[in-house]
Amino acid sequence: MTGEEVFTETIAKDQRVEPRDWMPDGYRRTMIRQIAQHAHSEIIGMQPEGEWITRAPSLRRKAILLAKVQDEAGHGLYLYSAAETLGADRGDLTRRLIEGRQKYSSIFNYPTLSFADVGVIGWLVDGAAICNQVPLCRSSFGPYARAMIRICKEESFHQRQGYELLLTMMGGTPAQRDMVQDAVNRWWWPSLMMFGPPDDRSPNSAQSMAWKIKRHSNDELRQRFVDMTVPQAEALGVTLPDPSLAWNAERGHYDFGTPDWAELTRVISGDGPCNAQRIERRRRADEDGAWVREAAAAHAAKQTGVPA
Amino acid sequence: MSDEIRHEWPLFEVFVRAKRGLNHVHVGSLRAADHTMALHHARDLYTRRNEGVSIWVVRSDDVAASSPDEKEAFFAPSGDKAYRHPTYYSIPDSVPHI
Repeated sequence: MTGEEVFTETIAKDQRVEPRDWMPDGYRRTMIRQIAQHAHSEIIGMQPEGEWITRAPSLRRKAILLAKVQDEAGHGLYLYSAAETLGADRGDLTRRLIEGRQKYSSIFNYPTLSFADVGVIGWLVDGAAICNQVPLCRSSFGPYARAMIRICKEESFHQRQGYELLLTMMGGTPAQRDMVQDAVNRWWWPSLMMFGPPDDRSPNSAQSMAWKIKRHSNDELRQRFVDMTVPQAEALGVTLPDPSLAWNAERGHYDFGTPDWAELTRVISGDGPCNAQRIERRRRADEDGAWVREAAAAHAAKQTGVPA
Repeated sequence: MSDEIRHEWPLFEVFVRAKRGLNHVHVGSLRAADHTMALHHARDLYTRRNEGVSIWVVRSDDVAASSPDEKEAFFAPSGDKAYRHPTYYSIPDSVPHI
């Protein structure tokens, strides 16, 4: 059998493609782009919540938040190594991010204005991420699927700590409850946008479905997220900021309003509230860390007598 | 700024023994300047939740691997040797403990 036949049969039988197998150039390019974009999202995603580590209201919350942000770093690293199995270079991917040639999730371009935002990010943003990511554990590309299994296990802690944080705040003062509602109002629509444009405006989806690197459509996953979240909002005692939100007994799903797609396009193309700040911070971290990387490499070379 | 080559440390493959009595299993890879740093990074990256009691790291360029192209030549010869399996042999049901 030719490489192409093996590839086609592997996909048809729902088996995994491994790095050294033959694969179409388009598949390789799409996988590198998808994995890199996901890795960048994890790395940039450390910033909005990281800003609250020094301002966490208790040692317990601080330890939890540190562990969570450390997990995001870990997820980024699992994913960069998955991208490297396809021949991508980690340093090159970082440069592409810094130079704006590769994207990351638009959600991280919104600011975290109060500590309630930390809770809402865990509940809604990580909740939406879980909806998106669970099906990716069955991605046809083996290294990505394996990284996703590890990531999904850890995301469950992220979502639960967020929800518990919000429950605690909702049991506090009226001012604390208002902070939670305000954070929900700001994060609800951007969370719905995390699933991407509506199906009729998602041009690459069909090919990705055929290659089994995408398992459900954007709108399907968005609906699943809304259905999951509404009862959680009720239990928490907050209102989701959508007047069209209503149970539709006929469909067996919640109806909901249309996100502002023009806003999504703006934020993706670089014009969100924090795009410049996020990239600048990443650029600075890379530059400030350069001497550490060089010193460690020089030390290693000195120990072995062989340049690293 | 460092140049392209020096941007990255070498790649290491990481193997973790989940608990005593089990084999080390490949869990992923990472970048590190040397073996000591690779072990520390592996601890931080792959065992944040008690996933292991022991870690191996191996430089990726030291791993020799069979190629997917050689799969037939490599693995096919054992395909027709059914007599290597216990089920190949018929023994009357009346014979105990075999």
